[in-house]
Amino acid sequence: MTYVIKNARPYGEDAVDLVLRNGAIASIGEDLTVPGAEVVDGAGLVLLPGLVDLHTHLREPGREDAETVETGSRAAALGGFTAVHAMANTDPVADTAGVVEQVWRLGQQAGLVDVVPVGAVTVGLAGSQLAELGAMADSAARVRVFSDDGHCVADPALMRRALEYVKALGGVVAQHAEEPRLTVGAQMHEGDRSARLGLTGWPAAAEEAIIARDVLLAQHVGARLHVCHVSTAGSVELLRWAKSRGVQVTAEVTPHHLLLTDACAEGYDPVFKVNPPLRTDADVEALRAGLADGTIDAVATDHAPHAVEDKECEWAMARPGMLGLEQALSVVVDTMVETGRLDWRALADRMSVRPAAIGRLAGHGRPVAVGEPANLVLVDPAHRSTVDPAALASRSRNSPYAGRELPGRVVATFLRGVPTVLDGKAVK
Amino acid sequence: MKRHLLEAADLDLADATLVLDTAAQIDAALAGREVKKLPTLRGRTVVNLFYEDSTRTRISFELAAKRLSADVINFSAKGSSVSKGESLKDTALTLEAMGSDAIVVRHGASGAPHRLAQWVRGSVVNAGDGTHEHPTQALLDAYTIRQRLGRLDGVRVVLVGDVLHSRVARSNVWLLSTLGAEVTVVAPPTLVPVGVGSWPVRVSYDLDAVLPEADVVMMLRVQAERMNASFFPSAREYSRRYGLDARRMELLHDDAIVMHPGPMNRGMEIAAEVADSVRSTIVEQVGNGVSVRMAVLYLLLGGAPE
Amino acid sequence: MAEPALGAPTPGALMSADDVARVVDRVAHQLIERAAARGGVPGADAAADGGLSDLVLVGIPTRGAPLARRLASRIEAFTGTAIDVGTVDITLYRDDLRLRGVRALEDTRLPDAGIDGRLVVLVDDVLFSGRSVRAALDALRDLGRPRAVQLAVLVDRGHRELPIRADYVGKNVPTSRSQQVKVKLVETDGVDQVVVSDGAGA
Repeated sequence: MTYVIKNARPYGEDAVDLVLRNGAIASIGEDLTVPGAEVVDGAGLVLLPGLVDLHTHLREPGREDAETVETGSRAAALGGFTAVHAMANTDPVADTAGVVEQVWRLGQQAGLVDVVPVGAVTVGLAGSQLAELGAMADSAARVRVFSDDGHCVADPALMRRALEYVKALGGVVAQHAEEPRLTVGAQMHEGDRSARLGLTGWPAAAEEAIIARDVLLAQHVGARLHVCHVSTAGSVELLRWAKSRGVQVTAEVTPHHLLLTDACAEGYDPVFKVNPPLRTDADVEALRAGLADGTIDAVATDHAPHAVEDKECEWAMARPGMLGLEQALSVVVDTMVETGRLDWRALADRMSVRPAAIGRLAGHGRPVAVGEPANLVLVDPAHRSTVDPAALASRSRNSPYAGRELPGRVVATFLRGVPTVLDGKAVK
Repeated sequence: MKRHLLEAADLDLADATLVLDTAAQIDAALAGREVKKLPTLRGRTVVNLFYEDSTRTRISFELAAKRLSADVINFSAKGSSVSKGESLKDTALTLEAMGSDAIVVRHGASGAPHRLAQWVRGSVVNAGDGTHEHPTQALLDAYTIRQRLGRLDGVRVVLVGDVLHSRVARSNVWLLSTLGAEVTVVAPPTLVPVGVGSWPVRVSYDLDAVLPEADVVMMLRVQAERMNASFFPSAREYSRRYGLDARRMELLHDDAIVMHPGPMNRGMEIAAEVADSVRSTIVEQVGNGVSVRMAVLYLLLGGAPE
Repeated sequence: MAEPALGAPTPGALMSADDVARVVDRVAHQLIERAAARGGVPGADAAADGGLSDLVLVGIPTRGAPLARRLASRIEAFTGTAIDVGTVDITLYRDDLRLRGVRALEDTRLPDAGIDGRLVVLVDDVLFSGRSVRAALDALRDLGRPRAVQLAVLVDRGHRELPIRADYVGKNVPTSRSQQVKVKLVETDGVDQVVVSDGAGA
């Protein structure tokens, strides 16, 4: 099937028509018509390269009651994504070629986004012995990002070895920066509100200490380091310093850390419990500034579906994490575009180009240009709607944005020239 | 009054004063009577939902409810459906389906009463949640101070001990401040929360320095297991620097009183001769607890205000 | 009935300060007369106090309490005998909490000699449904065992819901149920006055 997108504005710039054929952008121009082609009206819509998520929890295998590769893929497509990295903390853990290939195949079967498995750094995420990183890299899943996310690779010697070892694989270690001894029992950001609420604090220093250590290690061994879900102003400062010294470090920030603060914990509703925790207004401001100036390379969702019983309970008993795929773009539009801190081209850089480069993904994060893969998303920037968790495609309902009005709506998503979303609805 | 009593901040000055005044009226009404029972809450059901053992708090609430003629159900986590894995929400909905009008909840998790309050239609009273708050303890402490000193406004209260983990400290800081008292917290810096700067208190690390100007010294329970987490080097060192012994009691002015929410670690945070001295209000605090909890149950359950 | 009940009164002032004072004096005289007729406590020297040492006036807050004190002081002015006065707060004995909600408690204070074996006269401002009096009787039962209990009210406006009647009535006012009768006293409201208004939905 050939598709013609009429009057869409690439990167929010001048309106053009595009012809999508054989998985690629066949032509771009004015008043293009192709007999027999399906026409998509792009009037008033912004056209961007398909979004790429470096950090998604799809929960399969192990917690299919919370999410599956298929339901998570649908949520991703509806959020404008054409590729997502599936985190390794499944059950069993994705620490072997067998498990990552299983996840990769499930993604192919769903066919809504490219599901790119992340491999565990250590066996069972236990932090003591390297997993077979090479086998995962060589598998059909072609793993390039390795992470124990959910756990920090806390042992400095082991972290050094991991950083060194993946150099041979063209890979990168994505660190969940959390010094575990400083966060025993931690429930929320440590500060004024934790003091008042009587919830054990998660100090900013526990994140910053690991980032400081790891950029020094990455520099020492000449390896690439990626820092997951940066949450503090101090972390942004450390990254800025490390980049100025030429360290090969990249970093991501989540939509929720760009928008929400620890004030959300006031009612003890665990939908706002997440790791790392929501921080302060000053941290939010520093993260927005860091994303704007490129110190933070990418927005990554840390989409973390949880079953109802894991959230409708006491705060301390609840599992950390929140949904993100379906609202990520809207939150970035709200916090970065409408505030004038990013234009659409820069947004495409942070949500598509750079994450694809960090994950070494061919075919994603490419420019909107003739001959490039037709991985595209059409966004209505004028649309505003109120988030209703019951209407989400994710199998879980733990959205921190419930009841919040957000701008922007994904009208259509194309994966290699084939629509996965049309008129704001998943095609399958 | 709000429908629930979840934390001291639920009470503004007028409400807090109303609770204390009501408790005083109930005390006066029952003084010297053979029949210490009022028909006020006849036909209402109060559930004591206790996920932690706390015999004294549970008995105090039970007595308060019974003296107001409410039906009381004691539901403890042990030997119940809770120990079979039933969630807090399911338990709450079950209790409500059985017709409970109020749930008095003690729970090890901070904020558990807030969660309950979102799920049930009846009133929720926080009887201690994790390291968050214990508002009726603060009310009975305030009541005891007012009874002994005749006022709360301008009273200088020194809270000593494990402020970081103490729900009694949090409730007292907010309630006593609402009532006009000047609160100072004294503890080793490891047991003062990061973020204490946003509290309406002064912070000191030197007990001897603050005692001469104190009207009230409130000693908090210090659990020995904190020692193992390096909050302080040893029980002996803690006691030497932050315990209230006879020598330190001499630093107090003549009218100052000594309080403790119980249960006490005699010899740790408080010496036996201090706990048993005439300054000590520890026994009164227990009795006042019943009156204050009667007042709270009456005000929450009596019905919607006119 | 002291006055014919031909219809509800028109809204406005029903009793002036002078009316209130005159009515209090009249009820005080009635109490003295009945005490004398009764002859005091069996076995006591009735002639010494005209039977008045037997009497305890117990006001129902809010406005019954100052009314009880006024009656006592008028009786003392007329006879030279001091009368025991108390108050009994009925809030915790009401059966309409669910409907009307909580209110601040007021004092319950009984004379040192107590009420056991004595004649208690409950004093209230307005007698309406009778539920307040019922609650006061319940409260008295928990406080002691009077020989007898009587009731004195400033205004009886009818519409009883319980088999209760007053022994001493300042003024009968046949109101309609939706009207409101408001007694104001100097001690609580700064002025002595009884006002009738058409209640907004009652």
